[in-house]
Amino acid sequence: MGMTMSEKILAVHAGLSSVKPGDTITCKVDWTVCHDMFFNVDGQDMYKGVTHLDHPERCLILLDHSVPAATSRDALGGVYARDFVKKHGITNFIDVGDHAVIHQALAERGYAAPGRLIAGGDSHTCAAGALNAAARGFGPADITYLFCTGETWYQVAPTILYRLHGKLPAGCSGKDVFLYIAGTYGDATGHSVEFGGDGIANLTIPQRQSIATMCAEINAEFAIFPCDAALEEYLRARGDENINPIAPDPDAQYAEIRDIDLDKLVPYVAKPHFIPMNCVPVTDLQGLPLNQVVVGSCSNGRIEDLRVVADIVKGKHVAPGVRFIVTPASQRIYLQAVKEGLVETLVEAGCVVTNATCGCCYGGHMGLLGPGERCLSTTTRNFKGRLGSPESEVLLCAPATAAASAIKGVITDPREIINGRI
Amino acid sequence: MKLEGRVWIFGDEINTDLIFPHNALRAEPEEQCRLCMSDNRPGWSSLVEKGDILIAGSNFGTGSSRPGALILRRLGLAGMVADSYNGLFYRNCISYGFPAIGVKGVSKMFEEGDIAVIDLGEGTITNKRTGETRYGNKLSKEMIDILEAGGIDGVLAAKGYMNK
Repeated sequence: MGMTMSEKILAVHAGLSSVKPGDTITCKVDWTVCHDMFFNVDGQDMYKGVTHLDHPERCLILLDHSVPAATSRDALGGVYARDFVKKHGITNFIDVGDHAVIHQALAERGYAAPGRLIAGGDSHTCAAGALNAAARGFGPADITYLFCTGETWYQVAPTILYRLHGKLPAGCSGKDVFLYIAGTYGDATGHSVEFGGDGIANLTIPQRQSIATMCAEINAEFAIFPCDAALEEYLRARGDENINPIAPDPDAQYAEIRDIDLDKLVPYVAKPHFIPMNCVPVTDLQGLPLNQVVVGSCSNGRIEDLRVVADIVKGKHVAPGVRFIVTPASQRIYLQAVKEGLVETLVEAGCVVTNATCGCCYGGHMGLLGPGERCLSTTTRNFKGRLGSPESEVLLCAPATAAASAIKGVITDPREIINGRI
Repeated sequence: MKLEGRVWIFGDEINTDLIFPHNALRAEPEEQCRLCMSDNRPGWSSLVEKGDILIAGSNFGTGSSRPGALILRRLGLAGMVADSYNGLFYRNCISYGFPAIGVKGVSKMFEEGDIAVIDLGEGTITNKRTGETRYGNKLSKEMIDILEAGGIDGVLAAKGYMNK
């Protein structure tokens, strides 16, 4: 029986010729990665008792959530992280100064690659699926086990295949593809999600990363894109020499196959507090007043996202009463944005360009909301209380919608600005 | 493994940020427990008694890798049964030694305060008041081994990776 991409990657890492949905297998992973939240939270200190790691050379630790530290407890987390790295001989350690949101680091620094199996101490680890890897999130206990042994169990999940066709219209991006899927088909609980179809060639790698990262929000086990010419070009630009693409077998079995016509998409927005079956076209919410707008995160903090924002706000100004926070996903992206003049454009327009971290996304570092406030954000979650007060609201969108809305002070269809109607 | 206890009922889409709110991330463990579900059901955490069982709807634990299962265990809950779970949250349940199974329709089986009997090996839950029994997923031997070790740290200690 043919296998999907996730089944193939799991089989290889379990040393098996094939696997099928329902199998429970033990896999050796290529990378176990975690960030500062592994060390920043009291009562989660299983790692302190660890005596040795079998494969420290396959471990990566990076600080991205609260750096530089927002509280003294976060600073202590940094101390614990550096101690752990030193004690166990972990050479793959990314400290403050060269930091990045971990999922961006995995992509830009060569950890994520086709065919790899990656375990991450963060729910959005599935972002690496944009690079044809099988990656998923684990809690601190499983990450501790993975750090020690380099392996863990997986239960093979059935796969939903999304076939993408055509090309996105102006004003739409990868985030809109995801919000459309989540709003139309709901969750993928208990399933992996894979993508195929001729439309993938028309999506940039950052757009694929945005979609893959967001698949955590529909409870996908893995979210995987195939390897095509565009991905190979991205990998070679990064310095990869040997690329080993994983493609699904022609007779792979899928729980469902769903076709998406990219040409027909419109900008989408997720309404407050949850995502599946709770997303609507931006035109349904036009005019809703905003207090804060955010562009950033593992979903939308990449250079092309910042270019989209700068293009829309250039020569204009953020609306009075709105805070527009723009957070690059890595120091390298930040530097690129400075060199391209994007930071200048953004600051002149009244945006707050911040340090490259998870920032506002997890409600722990900055940019929190007070009671009654409403935020439109390109980040990953809109849960009640996510950004502070449980009486606040977070809505999610793509960068173009965020930028257009920040300029107008209310939720705005970006196509109106892009088409020059405003 | 069998559990018996008084049930608390929660609905669909209970996410990690409700179980383990952002302000609990920087709190001491006791305060983390107190803040559990404080945004959606203020005061509930103080009503939980040791051995109680949590019943929930679909997609319980959707969201972050933060270990909500650890908080639920520390609150004194003996275990939980939901219609369905986020996969990452479910792994946290097993690895933090918090027994959990999925049983479709369980959220409609109980009234709050009923007594549930759960057989983890058989994957069943029974309402003692109504006599109704439903079947869900059986825990694999590997999962039961982890639960019986008290969580993944117990397994690591037994394998010589950890001073517990």
